[in-house]
Amino acid sequence: MKKWQDNKGWLFILPVFLIVAFSAIIPLMTVVNYSIQDIFGPGQRIFVGTEWFKETLTDPRLHEALWRQLLFSGLVLLIEMPLGIAIALTMPTKKGLGASLCLVLVALPLLIPWNVIGTIWIIFTRPDIGLMGALINNMGISFDHTASGLHAWITLMLMEVWHWTPLVILLAYAGLRSIPEAYYQAARIDGASAWAIFKYIQLPKMRGVLTIALLLRFMDSFLIYAEPFVLTGGGPGNATTFLSIYLVKIAVGQFDLGPAGAFSLIYFLIVLLFCYLFYQVLLNVGKGEAS
Amino acid sequence: MKKRYIILAAYLVLIMLPIYWMLNMSLRTNADIMAQLVFIPTDITFANYTKIFTDASWYSGYINSIIYVVLNTIICLVTALPAAYAFSRYSFIGDKHVFFWLLTNRMAPAAVFLLPFFQLYSTFNLIDTHIAVALAHCLFNLPLTVWILEGFISGVPREIDETAFIDGYKFPRFFFFVFIPLIRSGIGVAAFFCFMFSWVELLFARTLTTTAAKPIAAIMTRTVSASGLDWGLLAAAGILTIVPGALVIWFVRNYLAKGFALGRV
Amino acid sequence: MAQICLDEIAHSYLPFPKTDEDYALKRIHNIWNDGGAYALLGPSGCGKTTLLNIISGLLKPSKGRVRFDETDVTELPPEKRNIAQVFQFPVLYDTMSVFNNLAFPLKNRGFDKAYITSRVTEIAKILELETVLHKKAEGLGADAKQKISLGRGLVREDVAAILFDEPLTVIDPQLKWQLRCKLKEIHEQLKLTLIYVTHDQVEALTFADQIIVMYEGWIVQIGTPQELFEYPDHKFVGYFIGSPGMNFLPCIMENDGVRVGRFHIPVDEKTAALGKKATGRLELGIRPLYLKIHAREMADSFQVPVQSVEDQGSCQVVTLAFSEHRIKARIAENDPAPESMAWVSFPKEWIRLFADDQLLK
Repeated sequence: MKKWQDNKGWLFILPVFLIVAFSAIIPLMTVVNYSIQDIFGPGQRIFVGTEWFKETLTDPRLHEALWRQLLFSGLVLLIEMPLGIAIALTMPTKKGLGASLCLVLVALPLLIPWNVIGTIWIIFTRPDIGLMGALINNMGISFDHTASGLHAWITLMLMEVWHWTPLVILLAYAGLRSIPEAYYQAARIDGASAWAIFKYIQLPKMRGVLTIALLLRFMDSFLIYAEPFVLTGGGPGNATTFLSIYLVKIAVGQFDLGPAGAFSLIYFLIVLLFCYLFYQVLLNVGKGEAS
Repeated sequence: MKKRYIILAAYLVLIMLPIYWMLNMSLRTNADIMAQLVFIPTDITFANYTKIFTDASWYSGYINSIIYVVLNTIICLVTALPAAYAFSRYSFIGDKHVFFWLLTNRMAPAAVFLLPFFQLYSTFNLIDTHIAVALAHCLFNLPLTVWILEGFISGVPREIDETAFIDGYKFPRFFFFVFIPLIRSGIGVAAFFCFMFSWVELLFARTLTTTAAKPIAAIMTRTVSASGLDWGLLAAAGILTIVPGALVIWFVRNYLAKGFALGRV
Repeated sequence: MAQICLDEIAHSYLPFPKTDEDYALKRIHNIWNDGGAYALLGPSGCGKTTLLNIISGLLKPSKGRVRFDETDVTELPPEKRNIAQVFQFPVLYDTMSVFNNLAFPLKNRGFDKAYITSRVTEIAKILELETVLHKKAEGLGADAKQKISLGRGLVREDVAAILFDEPLTVIDPQLKWQLRCKLKEIHEQLKLTLIYVTHDQVEALTFADQIIVMYEGWIVQIGTPQELFEYPDHKFVGYFIGSPGMNFLPCIMENDGVRVGRFHIPVDEKTAALGKKATGRLELGIRPLYLKIHAREMADSFQVPVQSVEDQGSCQVVTLAFSEHRIKARIAENDPAPESMAWVSFPKEWIRLFADDQLLK
C-alpha cells in the first residue's frame, strides 16, 4: 500500500515515543553509565572504561550461563516446533464449535501468569503431593527436581514445552487455515499422498508463520526468567541458572552494578541482533503468500 | 481421520492435567493434600477460596494487579491508536527505524531494565505505586499494541480515509466516529493482549512494589518461599489468576495467532 | 476419454435434507458426450461448482450415480477417476520447478523417469512452456500459472475429462482471449472432454459447443449458443443470456395475437395455437435485438414514448415505455437514435410465448 508522504506522522507517534523513551532510553543510559563506572555508593564513583566489559566477557560463570541458555533454547525449539506443527495438523479443519473449543483449550497455558506456571509445576512434580512426581517415584525411579540437576532440567523443559508449544500450534494452525481448499482438491486429483501434501503444500505455505514462531520462541526462551525462578531458583547449584537469572543475581543479589551493566548491554546486543532478523521476517511475511 | 482426533484429545488431556491438579488441590485442605494422593477429591472444601476473598493481604493482591493492568491497558490503547494509524498511513522521516526500535523493546530482556527502573522510579518517588508498574509494563506492551493495531489498520483500505476527507470530515471526527468503529475488533484484540501480558508479568511488578501496590504474583512467590507451605491456599490463588484470561479468551479466539505474532499473521 | 453420465444426481450439504430448498443440486439427469466442449453457465450459487465437484469426485452426491462410460465411479476418490481440474486461481506447488509441477501427477502414480520426462516435455511444448520449464513456478505470471495447472491435467494420458472452474477470473483481459484460443486449440488437438464452469456468458458462448444453463440447482436448458439465444426454454435463460436480457411482457390471448395493456400484438398461427392451449400466467418474450424501431408509423407498429438511449459502444440500447411496462431495444451504433417518441414493431418470427416461466413449444 502506498502511503502519504507527511511528517505530521511524528505528531501521532509522539506520545508513544515519549513513554517508550522514558522507560527505555533513560534506563538504557543508566545501564551504560553503570557499565563504565565503579560505584561504591551515592556520589562515589570512578570511571573505569571498558574494564567491566573485559571482566564480564571473561567471566566463566557467564560463559556457563550462556551455553546453558543456548542449549536450553535449542532443545526447547527442537521439541516445540515439530510438536506444535503436528498438533496443529490434528486440529479440526472446519470452523465451528469444536475448532473454537480446541483453540481455547490449546491456548489456555499462554494466559497463565508466569509465576503461577512455576507453581503449577511445583505442585505437579513434587514427589510427595504431585501427580507426576508421585507416579514416577511409584515406578521406582527417584525423581526430585530440587535435588538433581538433570531432573530440574527435565522438569523445566517439560514446563517450557507445556507453556509455549501452544504458541507454535496457534501460529501453525493460522497458517494452515489460510491455505485455500483448492490446493487440497488439486492434490487429491493429482494423487498426492498425505506426506506429499504436507511437504509440498502445507509446509511451504506455513513458511512465514513458522519463521515467526521460531524466532518468537527463540527470543522468549532466551529471556526466560519467572518460571525457573519460581520452580528451581536457578538451582540445584547453578544447574538452571540462565542468563536472566544470573543477571538478576549479580544486579539485585550482589548489587554489582558495574558488571551487571556491562552484562546487560552485551545481553541486549545479542537480543537486538535476533530482533533485527525477526523484523525483516515480519515485514516480508505477508508478501510472499499473497499470490 | 479418526486417528488424528485421538492424538489431539490426548494432547489436550495432557495439557489440562497440571491445571486440573492445581484445581484439585485448591479444593482440599492442606492436611488432606499431605495425607494422600487423590485424583478425584471427595471432601471438597471452598475454605481456601473463602480465605483469599476475606483476607486483605490476599485479595488486595488481586485488586492491585487489576488496577495496574487496567491502567496499563488504557495508556497503551490511547497512545498506540494514533501511532499505529501514523505507521500504517504516513511515511515520514525515520518511520521504519522507530517501528523497529519499538519492536526491540518488546524483545528487551526485562532483567536488563530492572535496576535502572528501580532507580528511575525512586527518583520520581513512584516506587510502590500502581502507575509505576503500569508505566514499566508499557515498555513491552506499547510496542505490542502499536504492532497489533498497525496490522489491523493496514487491513482497512486507505480509500475509506480518502472518501471521508472528500466528504468533508475533519480528522478528529473521522478518527473517532468512522475509523475507530471500523477497527473495533482490532482494539479488542490489542486490549486483550495488553491485559494478558501485563497480567502474566512478574519481574517488574515484584521489583517496583513493596506493600501498597504489591501484585498477586508477588504475594504468591512470597508464600512459596515461606516455610510450612499451605499448598491448598497457593493452588486456590493460582486458579484465581487463570480465571480472568480464561473468561475473555473466547472473544479473541480467532485472533490469538495474530496477537501473539504482533499482528503479522 | 469417456462419456460422462449423470444418473439422477441430487446433492445437499445438509446431513438430513428434507425439502427441495435443502438441496444445492435438485435433480440432474444428463449425458455428456466424449470429446465435447461443455460450458456450465449460471449465476453465483446456482450449483455449478457443486456439480463440477461431483464429477471430479471431490464431493459424493447425496443421491444418484455418476458413470464414466459404463463404469460406476460414484464411490471412487478423485485420484482414481482420471479427471483433471483447473481452479479459479492458479494452484501450484510453489517450491517446485515448472517441470516438477507438471511431473507431479505422474510421479505420484509411479511412472518411470524416462516416460515422465518425455511426456512433460511434450505437454510443455503444446502449452508453450518450454522456456520456463526449469524456473520456479512461484515467480511466473497468472496466465503461465494457469497453463501449468492445466498442464498437470494434460500430462496424464488416461485423463477422461478436464474440468475448469472459472479459470480465467484472475487473468488480464487481453490474455484471457489468448488463453481461450489455446484451450480451443488443445480441445481440437487432443479431443478431450472439456467442462467449463463460468458465470460469464461471453466466455461460455465462445468456448462451448453445448451450454448447460443452471439456476437454483436445476439445469434449465442445454443447447447450442444459438438455441439458447433464440429459443430460451425458461424465462431465466432469456434474462441471463444476451445483453440486455430478453423483454418479458405479461399478456393475454386475443384473436390472432396477444394483448399487452392497451396494445394488441399480432403473432403467427403456430404461436397463437400454442398460446391458446397453454394454462397459467402468460408472457410474451422478445429479444431487444429483434425489436424494430421506426421513426414514423409502419404496419403493426405502436407509438410509444422513449425513456432513454444508452450508447454502449458497439450498439445503442433504447428504453421504451410500453403500456405500463418498460422494454429495451438494441439498435446499431450508427442508426439514428429516436427522440421523444418512436414506433416499435414486434417481428412475428421472434415472438416467443411463456406460460409460468416456461417456453411454449
